[in-house]
Amino acid sequence: MKKFLIEFPEILFIALRAMRANKLRSVLTTLGIIIGIVAVTTMSTAIVGLREAFISSISSFGSDVLYVDKFPWFAMGNWNQYRNRKDITFEQYEKLRSILKNYEAMAPSKSTFGAGVKRKDKSVQATLVFGTTEDYQKTGNVNPAEGRFLNDLDVKSGRRVCIVGKDIVDELFPRENPLNQYIKINNVPMQVIGVLEKQGSGMMGAFSLDGQVIMPLKTFETVISNRHQRLRIDIKIGDVSKLADAKEEIISAMRVIRKVPLNKPDDFAINQQEALKDMYDKTIGIVALAGIVITALSLFVGAIGIMNIMFVSVTERTREIGIRKAIGAKTWSILFQFLTEAAILCIMGGIIGLIISFPLSLVINQFLPTAMPLDIVFISLLISALVGVISGFLPAWKASKLNPVDSLRYE
Amino acid sequence: MNIINIEHIAKIYQVGSEEVHALRDVSLKIDKNEYVAIMGPSGSGKSTLMNMLGCLDTPTKGIYDFKGNNVSQMNDNELAAIRNKEIGFVFQTFNLLARSNALHNVELPLIYAGVSSSERKERARLALEQVGLSDRIHHKPNELSGGQRQRVSIARALVTKPSIILADEPTGNLDTKTGEDIMALFNDIYELGNTIILVTHEEYIAEHAARIIRLRDGLIEKDEMVTKRYVPKKNGASKV
Ligand SMILES: Nc1ncnc2c1ncn2[C@@H]1O[C@H](COP(=O)(O)OP(=O)(O)O)[C@@H](O)[C@H]1O
Ligand SMILES: [Mg+2]
Repeated sequence: MKKFLIEFPEILFIALRAMRANKLRSVLTTLGIIIGIVAVTTMSTAIVGLREAFISSISSFGSDVLYVDKFPWFAMGNWNQYRNRKDITFEQYEKLRSILKNYEAMAPSKSTFGAGVKRKDKSVQATLVFGTTEDYQKTGNVNPAEGRFLNDLDVKSGRRVCIVGKDIVDELFPRENPLNQYIKINNVPMQVIGVLEKQGSGMMGAFSLDGQVIMPLKTFETVISNRHQRLRIDIKIGDVSKLADAKEEIISAMRVIRKVPLNKPDDFAINQQEALKDMYDKTIGIVALAGIVITALSLFVGAIGIMNIMFVSVTERTREIGIRKAIGAKTWSILFQFLTEAAILCIMGGIIGLIISFPLSLVINQFLPTAMPLDIVFISLLISALVGVISGFLPAWKASKLNPVDSLRYE
Repeated sequence: MNIINIEHIAKIYQVGSEEVHALRDVSLKIDKNEYVAIMGPSGSGKSTLMNMLGCLDTPTKGIYDFKGNNVSQMNDNELAAIRNKEIGFVFQTFNLLARSNALHNVELPLIYAGVSSSERKERARLALEQVGLSDRIHHKPNELSGGQRQRVSIARALVTKPSIILADEPTGNLDTKTGEDIMALFNDIYELGNTIILVTHEEYIAEHAARIIRLRDGLIEKDEMVTKRYVPKKNGASKV
């Protein structure tokens, strides 16, 4: 150990001097590692960001909320089996509400993507439009920043009132108080009674919650569509640990309500947020993994470059190795000397790569809610050192095993 | 007490399907503070014997006993340790590190011996002084003359205070005058009590030694003491 500490400065010195003596060659060799590190770090930053964006975009689905729907959100297998299912109706919702005991809030809802919203000469496209009840404030976890949410009376009498997202207000009421003013949705005048607080989930432009409109269910049915449309029942349980039990309870209640024969499978589905995450990890996760693997290939190519140049370096310095061995360098000294050289090449590549990919991550941050994670910084430095050691090993091993007599004779 | 004791040593190189007998059957003993010249025509096995004595290589057959250690059985790292501590090499082509200055070249064996930086520098400076190069310690090999380079490599051989100094044709790349200076330096080192083994093919160089071993075709042809050793005038070497 003491010997090692005495030798290490020499080893470091030799490695740095060798790199200085071959500046252009070192730079070109390192380029492979730089590109590899930039590719891997920006890729993983983007992937982490994509997931963050997804999670924040599904955060409107509460983790303690169950969604009773006609279909499962992610249908595996045969779509035919779902096709003939009967719609969930408002009457079924009312029955479920009277049967079920342990829940915090229950809201039936219908929704649609996109609807034209106008005021005077201005117009905007709402991203999502919901028709629901006062309970939706809890099941959907929506809070008006100004004004109020729907109340019992709004819902029962189907009043033409609505709560709108911040983006819509910004667009239609640039300098005015929107409360109690009228806007036109599908050309029907509606009174704004509340404005939602800003969510700001960057990327999901087309699905941004800041562009949503919420109105009473009955109003929705007349204003948005009089067609028969899918009804969903959102049930907030209030306690994630009771989710499984509640699910059982809801399933048996729904079977009774929908008169499903004992020997038949459910003709409805209970969805939850967790399923969305699972689904994300299963599909996008695989794509992301493939992305990482493919970008890691560029690092591998860089490693081959390092290995190649280290073999050249060993051959060039055969005589030096012979001299060092003749005067007493042990096998490990020579091995370590070349490993250090390879590792330094790679770590420098790693550092330069990080310096390049940091601003790139700031660019990605414009689209995805992410910053380059600190652990990626450490991991990539570790990886580059490891790449150096692995790709340097074969050449270093060759050097350390050279016969001193032959190497001294080498011209 | 013998430093070196070799018995019936042979070294056979396999070149393709052919065996080259570089050494056939060599036995010899060398004592402390001897000055031995190994002579012989080209290809007679001088360098092979030298490499063997210097623990750079191990014999195919026979026993090599160095200060009571059986070298023939040692592994690479044990051999490296012996070379580092006990043997100082001087080569025909100097074999200095081209990018390092004189001081660092002389320090090198001490680095592998695990000597601390300050002690290393001190001892390397002393060794360079001993060979008369105090004013050249920061020069790189290509800034030195052939004779000066050979002095640096002699300083490197001396710095660890080895049991033997092995010199393979140390004057082979030098002009006659410079070669004579180097031989004078070896004489000084010998007179300070060191053991020197010198390989040469030139009679007048061999006559500096006290004993001459003549090789031919991998065998010892003659091993005799020199009756009238040539003693050069005092040269560069000062006290140890
Ligand atoms: N590494 C080797 N491989 C094969 N043959 C060798 C090797 N080294 C030396 N020889 C052969 O061994 C013989 C003795 O060589 P060497 O000891 O170098 O002689 P000298 O130094 O006396 O000129 C020569 O015939 C030479 O060709
Ligand atoms: Mg020779």
